[in-house]
Amino acid sequence: MGRVPPAISISGLVKNFGSTRALDGLDLSVETGEVHGFLGPNGSGKTTTIRVLLGLLRADAGEVALLGGDPWRDAVDLHRRLAYVPGEISLWPNLTGGEVIDLFGRLRGDLDRRRRDALLERFQLDPTKKTRSYSKGNRQKVGLVAALASDAELLLLDEPTSGLDPLMEAVFQDCIREVKTEGRTVLLSSHILAEVEALCDGLSIIRLGRVVEKGTLDDLRHLTRTSITAQVESQADGLADLAGVHDLEIDRTHVRFEVDTDHLDAAVRRLAALGVRSLVSHPPTLEELFLRHYGDELAREPERVDVQGGATPLPR
Amino acid sequence: MTPLTGTLALTRFILRRDRVRILVWIASVVVLAALTVLGIKGLFPTQAALDQTAAATQHNSAAIAFNGPAQGLNSVGGQVAFQFGSGGMVLVALMSLFMVGRLTRGEEEAGRLELVRSLPVGTQANTLAAVLTVAAMNIAVGALITTFLVVQGLPAAGSVAFGLSFTLVGLFFAGVALMLAQVTENTRVVYGVSGAVLGAAFVLRAVGDIGDGTASWFSPIGVAQKTRPFAGERWWPFLLLVAVTLLLVAAAAALAARRDLGAGLVASRPGRPSAAPGLGHPLGLAVRLQRASLLGWGAGVLVAGIAYGWIGPTVDAFIGQNKALADVLAGAGGGSLTDSYFAASFRIMALLATGFALQSALRVRTEETSMRAESVLATPVSRWGFAASHLTVAFAGSVILLAVAGLATGLTYGFAGGSMQSVPRLVGSALVYAPPMWLMVGVAIALVGLLPRWAGVSWAILAACVVVGFLGAILHIPGWVQDLSPFQRVPQLPAASLTLLPLVVISTVAAGFTLAGLGGLRRRDIGRI
Repeated sequence: MGRVPPAISISGLVKNFGSTRALDGLDLSVETGEVHGFLGPNGSGKTTTIRVLLGLLRADAGEVALLGGDPWRDAVDLHRRLAYVPGEISLWPNLTGGEVIDLFGRLRGDLDRRRRDALLERFQLDPTKKTRSYSKGNRQKVGLVAALASDAELLLLDEPTSGLDPLMEAVFQDCIREVKTEGRTVLLSSHILAEVEALCDGLSIIRLGRVVEKGTLDDLRHLTRTSITAQVESQADGLADLAGVHDLEIDRTHVRFEVDTDHLDAAVRRLAALGVRSLVSHPPTLEELFLRHYGDELAREPERVDVQGGATPLPR
Repeated sequence: MTPLTGTLALTRFILRRDRVRILVWIASVVVLAALTVLGIKGLFPTQAALDQTAAATQHNSAAIAFNGPAQGLNSVGGQVAFQFGSGGMVLVALMSLFMVGRLTRGEEEAGRLELVRSLPVGTQANTLAAVLTVAAMNIAVGALITTFLVVQGLPAAGSVAFGLSFTLVGLFFAGVALMLAQVTENTRVVYGVSGAVLGAAFVLRAVGDIGDGTASWFSPIGVAQKTRPFAGERWWPFLLLVAVTLLLVAAAAALAARRDLGAGLVASRPGRPSAAPGLGHPLGLAVRLQRASLLGWGAGVLVAGIAYGWIGPTVDAFIGQNKALADVLAGAGGGSLTDSYFAASFRIMALLATGFALQSALRVRTEETSMRAESVLATPVSRWGFAASHLTVAFAGSVILLAVAGLATGLTYGFAGGSMQSVPRLVGSALVYAPPMWLMVGVAIALVGLLPRWAGVSWAILAACVVVGFLGAILHIPGWVQDLSPFQRVPQLPAASLTLLPLVVISTVAAGFTLAGLGGLRRRDIGRI
């Protein structure tokens, strides 16, 4: 039995807006049945990538395959099999939320009234209100209900939970888990790290139009450091010369440091030799992973970040 | 901090933000007034011509219903007040209610006022800033019209009374819109209801002016005309307008001080929880989105058709004696004076209806820039299908509006004393304008597809066609320039005989532009480009 082809496969994707390069050789692969996190700050190219996948923008260079087709040429056929939620959904102000959800369901051709009503219930959305009177969170719910009510095999979600309260965020996460157990694929662009950490199998981190890290969450954890705080019995010597130890602080028997995950074993052995009274260790969080890529960027390349952020058209 | 803190800063901000809109409104009204003055001077060059038209109009109830009381018609000033007064005042009323609605409830509904109010800005500052801005616009319109009339050598007292009419009627409707902005949560309702008040004001005035004049006192436009510009001015009716306007503004201020931000006195009603069966394909969506607009334009064309049809039976007597006017109409074809008159009327109504056709075609672009097209195109709807759905409404809507114009004109003409047998002939005469309207739709979609940033140029093209179509003869625009407008190229039915070739050629060009636009749209990026 052959391997199932990836739901999304992008290599070397380039997209320019005038003289601004929004995507600069982006590679992205999302396996079928996977929930894939797509992380990056504003203006890094997440939305542009998704618009290319939707066939709204034409790639300037690179290979893009979506569900085995060409997103530009086969847009209409591919769109029967996917559902999309934009980050800041724009709706017709004089239609009600219920009308918009039905419209999208019928345009896609798979409106499931039972599922739609159940989702309205779960997201506590009043479908009789005109969309002009909805709050941002409620407008976002319209898009989510419309997408989740479909039986699309691929969901393209671009910061779908912006404006949702924590209760609704939990409902959203439940829904995505159900989608996943049904074997459907999700590309989840987000900068809510807890959401990505809770839902995603694999993730890609994008910066300045390129993917700079990719892999499973576990893979990526290896790339970062565990922080250790310990109290030992004797003067804490002999740690500074260990490979992979950073930011060491010693106050007689109190010690704090960060250690590359690959060198964790050696560091813990050295501590054990000193006689451990208490030990706290934090595994690397996605937050740290993310900041490792972006925390330094602001200091190093402020201008380039600004240009990029300002020039990429994002929904407002 | 008082409730008015920050008013001046907000006023300056509004003037900066809306400077183009403000100037375009003022310029449109003033330029139309100026063109009317020049046109009347050209049409009635002698006192004898003025006396003739005055005698013919004196008892023409159709003309009086649309223009106002017949007063001072044997002078240029009186003719200007008669020809431009009621229409011009409707225009300043529209200017005022659209500006007030937009600057008050519009800002509130968009959530921007909330941001402004979080600053050290008084509770009433935005409202007052809006009122000041619109007041300044109305004063500018009145002052410029007065100045132009005086420069043209018309009597000063009449010029001031005429200019002041515009200022005060505009302010009255600013007060109406301000009041309604407190009552409803929805800006469109502000526009709709204050537009209905304006319609009622027009009808009351018409009824009063045909009858004994009593009903006109209940209409701000009627009251303004009671000041008799250029016909022995009397000034006190202006006080009536000022008093009612002040009452409206005071009531609006009292309501505004009591209510919550974002709330209205009338809560919005819930709508349909699920979509009607028709709202499930691109064409259904396009119809749903443009239905209200088509009804609005349809009502406008209907009123215009009734007006033209009503005057129809009196045309021979009315225009026959005026050589200049007859010459202008003769340019519209070779038949009888009445037929020429109808040919010119249908051209004017077709130009009006093209406003809908363009708005409808450009919906493709507004859906795109508002990012709503993105959500539709992310479903299995092709770009072709998306654009074609809106264009279908534009093409079919053009035909519907022309049919309404022809029917309204023909039936009213029949009832008013003309022949009912001419109804089919008049409907057909209106429909010959479908190809030029389609051509304008084609031009618009070609711009959207190929040069999306320049899509608005199609409005400028329509404006040029309107100038040529309305004023070409009066302003002595050269024939070859006039012939650039497709509206001048169709056979001038019912005055001329039907020739198919121009209609076929124009339709073919329209189809070519449409296909080019659709082709461009399929090849380019979609979004705010």
